[in-house]
Amino acid sequence: MSQSLDRQKAKPHLAEEWVGKIYTFLCILFLITTIFSIVYFVASKGLSTFIVNHVNVIDLLTGLKWLPDGEPALFGALPFIFGSFSTSILAACLAAPLGFCAAVFMVEISPKFGRKYLQPVIELLAGIPSVVYGFVGLSVIVPFFRDVFPGQGIGIAAGALVLSIMILPTITTIATDALAALPKGLKEGSYALGSTRWQTIYRIVLPTTLPALMTGIVLGIARAFGEALAVQMVIGNAPHIPRSLFESASTLTSAITLSMGNTAMGSLANNALWSLALILMLMTFVFVFIVRFLEGRSKL
Amino acid sequence: MQGIGLSAKDLSVSYGDRPAVKKVSLDFAPKQVTALIGPSGCGKSTFLRSLNRMNDLIPNCTVTGEIWIRDQNINSPATDVVSLRQKIGMVWQRPNPFHKSIYENIAFGPRYHGVKKKKELDEIVEESLTKAALWEETKDRLHNSALALSGGQQQRLCIARSIAVKPDIILMDEPASALDPVSTAKIEELISELKREYCIIIVTHNMHQAARVSEKTAFFLMGEVMEYDSTNNIFTNPQRAETSDYITGRFG
Ligand SMILES: Nc1ncnc2c1ncn2[C@@H]1O[C@H](COP(=O)(O)OP(=O)(O)OP(=O)(O)O)[C@@H](O)[C@H]1O
Ligand SMILES: [Mg+2]
Repeated sequence: MSQSLDRQKAKPHLAEEWVGKIYTFLCILFLITTIFSIVYFVASKGLSTFIVNHVNVIDLLTGLKWLPDGEPALFGALPFIFGSFSTSILAACLAAPLGFCAAVFMVEISPKFGRKYLQPVIELLAGIPSVVYGFVGLSVIVPFFRDVFPGQGIGIAAGALVLSIMILPTITTIATDALAALPKGLKEGSYALGSTRWQTIYRIVLPTTLPALMTGIVLGIARAFGEALAVQMVIGNAPHIPRSLFESASTLTSAITLSMGNTAMGSLANNALWSLALILMLMTFVFVFIVRFLEGRSKL
Repeated sequence: MQGIGLSAKDLSVSYGDRPAVKKVSLDFAPKQVTALIGPSGCGKSTFLRSLNRMNDLIPNCTVTGEIWIRDQNINSPATDVVSLRQKIGMVWQRPNPFHKSIYENIAFGPRYHGVKKKKELDEIVEESLTKAALWEETKDRLHNSALALSGGQQQRLCIARSIAVKPDIILMDEPASALDPVSTAKIEELISELKREYCIIIVTHNMHQAARVSEKTAFFLMGEVMEYDSTNNIFTNPQRAETSDYITGRFG
């Protein structure tokens, strides 16, 4: 009896196994193909600037003038690269201390209030569309900067400020998780030796969770680096390296979104934009590698 | 007698409105080991944690009663908890070394209490590790991570760490229950060594361990002290039926 049951059931099970295997395999295959096609597409387009149009790579990376319609056409992307790095790193510098303090407050100082009110609010921040951030930046931050500092109010400072609020949830959430995952015994051990709360936070909590905190910061920078819309709305979009934080500037993303519609597919100007996209993509890879490296270290 | 002991008077602890320790009065003599035994959940850890005010860290935990060290009631709000905890060291069931080097683990406490000179710190580190019977094993790798040590070594490191701030009293909450027999024997040996200098209060579930290392034993049951006497009397001639039931393994 039981034998016949087994034999009857064995077949459907085996079939199920195979269906499952094939199904998951196909999904993975689809994913991998998509990723590779995107990388290949961006790379081939981006590289054709150098291969087909014979623009010098060094000239593109270090050139200060971006004149795609000029005579001769110039493709110096350094102002954009500078803009992207300065806004995102500045944004991280603003958001990291804030995010970390918020996390310490939520985990160490007032867990009840933090969990109940602060965490949902911060998660809400993450859900706000970037156009809203840009709009708020344009109508609040830019006029404020215009009144207080010399210049038009637009520029790196406004961009960085908007970005810092956008990446705050990322940094805070990762820092909160890291702090909450800290073994309870470590803090008790420190208190039992007669350390104060701040000594414990500064000498035990911070160093032990540092790799995770860094992960949060790098992810924040990566997000800021790739953000286009909000930055474009407040940065001014002048294609040169600004002399102050309150002078119009551009980023890689804002340059691409602004000019993509105005260039013909396959033209030199279009290819040059793809080169910018390639730089963005490569930088993202670098960020991912840094995060990987840090995560490996935080396991201890 | 020389040295510093501790006495608890009518000490009660409750979590919210649930009492965990009820009006416990116990005197702990200096240079002696006192064992706290009793079934799980009877409030031994809670009592122990009250003695160095670690329960202050638990939000809804209230401790009432008095704890006297010399002529000071340390359970009063006026007590400087931070300097109190220097005087009362603590070791937990699970070793909790900091994610730092062996050297830094030991130097952590003294550094905050004003020892800045490298030479002095070096001396404290060597002295503490020697007292904790760990110097020989670690002197060549003081700057390696403490997490690379074995569980038993980590526990001795934690003991060394608490000795380094020069306490008078050391509280141990099941310090050997996560360790293998060899490491356990080493810890017990160490306790017998340390009691020449310190007042030691140890919670243990191991009757043999209590009998081996302690001079006096307190038997806890449901948050109360049932019996407190010399270890010898408790194990050979208990006065109460509950005590004898517990140590002979009839319940708990
Ligand atoms: N942080 C806490 N919050 C609320 N109740 C607690 C807390 N810690 C302990 N208790 C309760 O207090 C009582 C005494 O616990 P305690 O940990 O002191 O027991 P114990 O004698 O150390 O037990 P064991 O031998 O298992 O370690 C238990 O009923 C426990 O549930
Ligand atoms: Mg306990």
